[in-house]
Amino acid sequence: MAEDWPRQRASQVPDGTILRVEDLSVSLAGRQVLRQVSFSVGTGEVTGLIGMNGAGKTTLLRAILGLQPISSGRVSLAGGRSIGYVPQKVLLDPDLPVRARDLVELGIDGRRLGIPVRSAAKRARVEALLASVDGSALLDARVGALSGGEQQKVLIAHALARQPRLLLLDEPLASLDLGSTQETVTLLGRISRERGVAILLSTHDMNPLLPVMSRVVYLAGGRAATGTAEEVVRSDVLSRLYGRHVDVFHAHGRVIVSVGEEHLEEGCEPGLAEGYGPDHGPEREDGHLSAASLRSPRL
Amino acid sequence: MTLLHAIFQPGIFDNSAVQTAVVVGAVVACVCAPVGVFTVIRGQSFAGHALADITSTGGSAAAVTGINPLLGFAAAGLLGGGAMELLGTAGHRGRDLVTGIVLGAALGLSALFLYLSVTNGSTSGAVVTVLFGSIFAVSAGTLPLVVALGAVALVLIGLVYRPLLLSSVNADLAAAQRVRLRTVGLVYMAALALAVALSAITIGAILSTALLIGPAATALRLARNPGGAMAWAAALGTACTWAGVVLAYDSYTWPPTQQGWPVSFFVVVLVLAAYLLSQLKGRAARRSPRAPARAIPRAEPARPTVRSY
Repeated sequence: MAEDWPRQRASQVPDGTILRVEDLSVSLAGRQVLRQVSFSVGTGEVTGLIGMNGAGKTTLLRAILGLQPISSGRVSLAGGRSIGYVPQKVLLDPDLPVRARDLVELGIDGRRLGIPVRSAAKRARVEALLASVDGSALLDARVGALSGGEQQKVLIAHALARQPRLLLLDEPLASLDLGSTQETVTLLGRISRERGVAILLSTHDMNPLLPVMSRVVYLAGGRAATGTAEEVVRSDVLSRLYGRHVDVFHAHGRVIVSVGEEHLEEGCEPGLAEGYGPDHGPEREDGHLSAASLRSPRL
Repeated sequence: MTLLHAIFQPGIFDNSAVQTAVVVGAVVACVCAPVGVFTVIRGQSFAGHALADITSTGGSAAAVTGINPLLGFAAAGLLGGGAMELLGTAGHRGRDLVTGIVLGAALGLSALFLYLSVTNGSTSGAVVTVLFGSIFAVSAGTLPLVVALGAVALVLIGLVYRPLLLSSVNADLAAAQRVRLRTVGLVYMAALALAVALSAITIGAILSTALLIGPAATALRLARNPGGAMAWAAALGTACTWAGVVLAYDSYTWPPTQQGWPVSFFVVVLVLAAYLLSQLKGRAARRSPRAPARAIPRAEPARPTVRSY
């Protein structure tokens, strides 16, 4: 089966590659969650990690962070190991005596020993970081008292504090209202452009991401298809990936992915995924157009 | 003036037990404050209470063997805390389970030691002193040890302050910064054991959680940043122990027996009262200043309802 699909070339983004994942396999409690996943992420790119619940998105992000042991394969990072990370569903208690400025400060030096020393320089740096995520008004608010979208901004500022070249976000759009979703997406697009940060974020709904997303890593059954949204979110590509028939419908400027009921993988549910719309076509001039790549399991 | 005399009865400040109690109370409150704030933020109040009960093993063993009770409390706390932290596998359930098992074993030993101490007859008050404590029972000679152990606990907390705070807010954020969660957790546990041991000699092993958690929980309502919460907790804890000492001294003239009420009772009641008051105040101050509501862009046309997962 694999020979029907063009192999991903490692040199798609030759100079600006920040992250390269090669043949990554991960097993959790004896179950193979990721099978030979390969893709790369470049400077200034926003890459969407798309998949259903249980597809292995969080596991993949944790493997990149080095928090999840891998069975085989390789994760290479250009320029050291500084990765910004916004975990999934950070629940901050309203009574937590931590202001937005405290949490961002912990992003700068949270690893250091000793009691923090106040300095004007650090204070200015914290304020600049929050300003860069449009969060200046949140500085002195308790993080637990903020709305989901506001907390997300503070967490992004925290993740950017050590000037990482790669920013990983786990389901940052989940449980945000429409306004906050758009605001977060716009913000992430701006961060990747202006700071040259490579962003990899997981989501089960790629629609809101389309205005800023350069590439897609689509996970299903532990395998990944990568390319532009146009190349990956197609009936033939996704049918190969899922190992059963998948329909891709375009409706009302959105794409709906319908996965057949039979041969369901454990942990996956049948249903519809929201895809991209033709009005947001990948014809935009962001470069990095590449062949879709699908790694088949070795049977 | 008469009111002042009614509160501070003649001779109170000349009493050496009161003098020792005032110093011990302040030191213990200042140590419990940062440790307690972290305990509340980490949601480990139960572990803190379990550790307090576990220290009673050491306290009761000390009563039998005649060594300094504070050393007994501290040794048992460090051993029990280490066991809980090392055996507690990932996840709340594993931690709860191990805490429960270690706690059960430790209390079984306490029962044995307290039984032995009673049957020996030499230390008949040990049961009450170990379990419910009396700050007046702390000898002046123990004072240097109180200060030393308190200093060790504060140094430990100060050393891991930032990684501990980050991992207490969210373990994933800390792990992403390559914080060694295990090491930080062990250092915190050691500081917790020492704080609980100090609290145990002040108000007893069973009640010591009150001094650890109460002022910290109250402070979290009043302060906006971690350092502020610790300062508030230290002030509240000191105020409660001092007021408890004064009230206990006064209570020698109270009915029914004119023998004095237990000082631990007053401290715990005052801690509870402070917490309840902060709940009232906290309700009003809960909403910290925050960003004015921004207009949400609503340009998006109506979308079809799509089931997603």
